[in-house]
Amino acid sequence: MRWIWIDRFAEFVPGQRAVALKSVTLAEEHLHDHIPGFPIMPACLLIEGMAQTAGILVGEARGFAEKVILAKIKRAVFHRLVRPGHQVRHEAVIEHLTDAAASTAGRITCDGELVGEVDLVFSHIDQNISGLDFPEENFVFTDQFMDLLKTYRGQGAGEVSL
Amino acid sequence: MPIVSRDEILEKVRETLVDALSVDEDEVREDVTLTGDLGAESIDYLDIVFRLEKAFNIKIPQEELLPREILSNADYVENRKLNPAGLQALKASMPHADLTEFEQDPDIDKISDVFTVGSIVNFIEAKLAAQG
Repeated sequence: MRWIWIDRFAEFVPGQRAVALKSVTLAEEHLHDHIPGFPIMPACLLIEGMAQTAGILVGEARGFAEKVILAKIKRAVFHRLVRPGHQVRHEAVIEHLTDAAASTAGRITCDGELVGEVDLVFSHIDQNISGLDFPEENFVFTDQFMDLLKTYRGQGAGEVSL
Repeated sequence: MPIVSRDEILEKVRETLVDALSVDEDEVREDVTLTGDLGAESIDYLDIVFRLEKAFNIKIPQEELLPREILSNADYVENRKLNPAGLQALKASMPHADLTEFEQDPDIDKISDVFTVGSIVNFIEAKLAAQG
């Protein structure tokens, strides 16, 4: 299953901010099933899109050495609906980054209008959970996720660690 | 940095905990524990530390609030309890916390019980004083 809720990165400033785009289309099954007869993008999937945008931003900041896990949704507020044909813009900014964790502030917009605000906390789990064994390999940043970052071709692309 | 009173610190700490833990304002008193009384989970501590850093414009290294290296030091821990040397080391590095109850049963899995709202206020107060 491909649990990817962003299409490509439009901006990427390592350690600071990232912007990812997602085009919403009626070809996506969940739009038909969420509220039958009234297709809208579920807010929870917009949160997941922001988590992927911000998670990759946080992961890149430490050279993808850490397993970055979404630990907490600090705040999620939505102001308008996203419908088929819309392109949403997830903008994530790193507010704090330490050895153990990171927090990000996020804005989701569509056609220049504010759709939602999603602030997240990520844990570097190897630094936080003692006594539990996790696999050695980085199961967070699989090839599928790394390929997403390769979609970024904008300014400063050469500085982004892949 | 202007001198900030303990009440002002408590007020900001209260706001932080209300936002981070979705608790009511009147639940946040100096004597309540973050984990036992306010329901904070380990991940909430990361969130709270980030929020306090922002609210007070300070840096809070994890080791200063909770010296994990003492709790994982084989010289200090026997059967998941701190020995007298470990307790002494913990007291020296956690002046902000009241360890009286913890000393009765220094089980390292119960360390989060020492984090009362008052201990957080103590910590911030000392941190701001050190900054001058």
